[in-house]
Amino acid sequence: MAEDRSPDPGGMGASAPVLIPGYTLLTATDKISSILIAGKIPRIWWLGFGLSFLGLGVFVVAVSWLLYRGVGIWGINRPVMWGFAITNFVWWIGIGHAGTLISAFLLLMRQQWRTSINRFAEAMTIFAVICAGLFPLLHLGRPKFFYWLFPYPSVYNVWPQFRSPLVWDVFAVSTYFTVSLLFWYVGLIPDFATLRDRARRTWVKVVYGILSMGWRGSARHWKRYEMAYLLLAGLATPLVVSVHTVVSFDFSIAMVPGWHSTIFPPYFVAGAIFSGFAMVLSLAIPIRAAFGLHDFITERHLDNMAKLMLATGLIVAYGYMSETFMAWWSGDPEESYVMKDRLLGSYGFAYWAVLGCNVLAPQVLWWGRARRNVPLLFVLSLVVNVGMWTERFVIVVQSLHRDFMPSAWRIFVPTFWDWATLLGSIGLFLTLMFLFVRFLPVISMSEMRALLHSKKTGERKVEP
Amino acid sequence: MTPTRGKLFGLLAEFGDQEALLEATRRVRAAGYTKLDAYTPYPVEDLAEELGFHTTRVPLLVLVGGILGALGGFLLQYWLNVLDYPINVGGRPLNSIPSWIIVTFELTILSAAIFAVLGMLALNRLPMPHHPVFNVPEFALASTNRFFLAVEAEDPRYDSRATRELLESLGPKGVWDIDA
Repeated sequence: MAEDRSPDPGGMGASAPVLIPGYTLLTATDKISSILIAGKIPRIWWLGFGLSFLGLGVFVVAVSWLLYRGVGIWGINRPVMWGFAITNFVWWIGIGHAGTLISAFLLLMRQQWRTSINRFAEAMTIFAVICAGLFPLLHLGRPKFFYWLFPYPSVYNVWPQFRSPLVWDVFAVSTYFTVSLLFWYVGLIPDFATLRDRARRTWVKVVYGILSMGWRGSARHWKRYEMAYLLLAGLATPLVVSVHTVVSFDFSIAMVPGWHSTIFPPYFVAGAIFSGFAMVLSLAIPIRAAFGLHDFITERHLDNMAKLMLATGLIVAYGYMSETFMAWWSGDPEESYVMKDRLLGSYGFAYWAVLGCNVLAPQVLWWGRARRNVPLLFVLSLVVNVGMWTERFVIVVQSLHRDFMPSAWRIFVPTFWDWATLLGSIGLFLTLMFLFVRFLPVISMSEMRALLHSKKTGERKVEP
Repeated sequence: MTPTRGKLFGLLAEFGDQEALLEATRRVRAAGYTKLDAYTPYPVEDLAEELGFHTTRVPLLVLVGGILGALGGFLLQYWLNVLDYPINVGGRPLNSIPSWIIVTFELTILSAAIFAVLGMLALNRLPMPHHPVFNVPEFALASTNRFFLAVEAEDPRYDSRATRELLESLGPKGVWDIDA
């Protein structure tokens, strides 16, 4: 890896192969599709799916109770009106960002190591955006009127107010979801064709056949397909940057001390990618172990993701530094008070936890040995996920709980239902993830075949 | 377009790898055939060009989609917040262009992406649940590890015997009739 001196065309430093040699087009396709077609579902899948489904049940109960009783079941009150809901929203949508970054940005950069991980990273994006999108809606107070946010011709003759970041959010998140879904589906079309042709049961063939749209791998089709895919990647890359920028505008456009800062957009985007890579690692490591995909998701992938996590973590650390510096440098009494309170106030413990999880802990990734230690990486990715959630909690709750007027100050304490909704949303996310690994190929088979050809491993020997 | 019933759609030849397929395509094109198609399990560089397919209109469609999205997004906001229901928010100008950049940008991307996907599918004539090449049982492996070249009966130079002989002279792993 890092110490190895062999040439490294990928340019990412580590030189473990992106694919263990010895696979042919047939065996690689067999290996990936066997997870779906042969029905070899490990027992651990049932265990994981069961637990996740239980979590989804918790979510359904929590949301039903919320819809029945209203947002009063949460701990929110003046001045901390945003509480867990917006914390969770920002956390989930940030997690999605690494998926788009892997699938779109690394494609544009011609990084071959993307091939083994882009499919499930994109799935992660879509499921994370689903979880994210629910929170602002549930937080509306009157969720049944969510469609008022869209410019539809209503009998009231009133339109949304386009100077509001909350309306920007609606457009940014719904565009992000739609484009991610399109990108994912386009990537899946050739794989659906493979599954259609390999399925043994008729109804399975029919379902995958409909999803494949009759794809037959014509050279003309491939040419248009590759062009469309490349252009989608080019569109998704600026989109992903814009989405978290808009999310940061929800904060920085407001006058609240601790929010009103120009560092917010880049700092939020970096934080999103940071937490997203942590989530990709948290998912990749168990998937690779459960389905024996060590040949496709190699140490090289883990190493590269760890490096990206370290790099984006440092940008986030710079964001923290800049915030603290500006609070002092601006000379603004409210701003510097909020910063002091952030370090030493009632929520100080959370801020110190953020610094420990997001700044201190990732520093072990400077060592190649740490990046190759899979259990350590897994634990670290969970630590970063917790750290990034806590960061958003601090930004939302700590900044709000010390308003301009001391008479309005109030401590926010999450209720049982706050926690149930958060844990439930994790259940929803994991349930969708478990269903995804069961019914769709976790690794893109057509891209894997193209990679095999470009690596010249196998297939030169003529197959029977 | 559709050949009459009982006739053949054309001939399908299988080749061992992409290099053999590229070479065969080159030779069949050199023999003057034009109604050809090649089927591969992954995108093969230069294959479409060898078939005489050089430029795709997908980028143009994406550009059109992007421009329509940008214009639509901006004019939507202008019409709603300046003309149809002017509303003074914090004394900002009615036509607050900086505030409208975001929705304009998002709709540009959304529209361009939708044009990219639907345009690609429409130009490829997809969804198309059935196609005559699926009648050849061996074609099921075209999505896994086999490389095929089809010569359609529509081709002016097509002759069931001469074309078959030409294909067989290229070292295929098999040549099949494609039932229409």
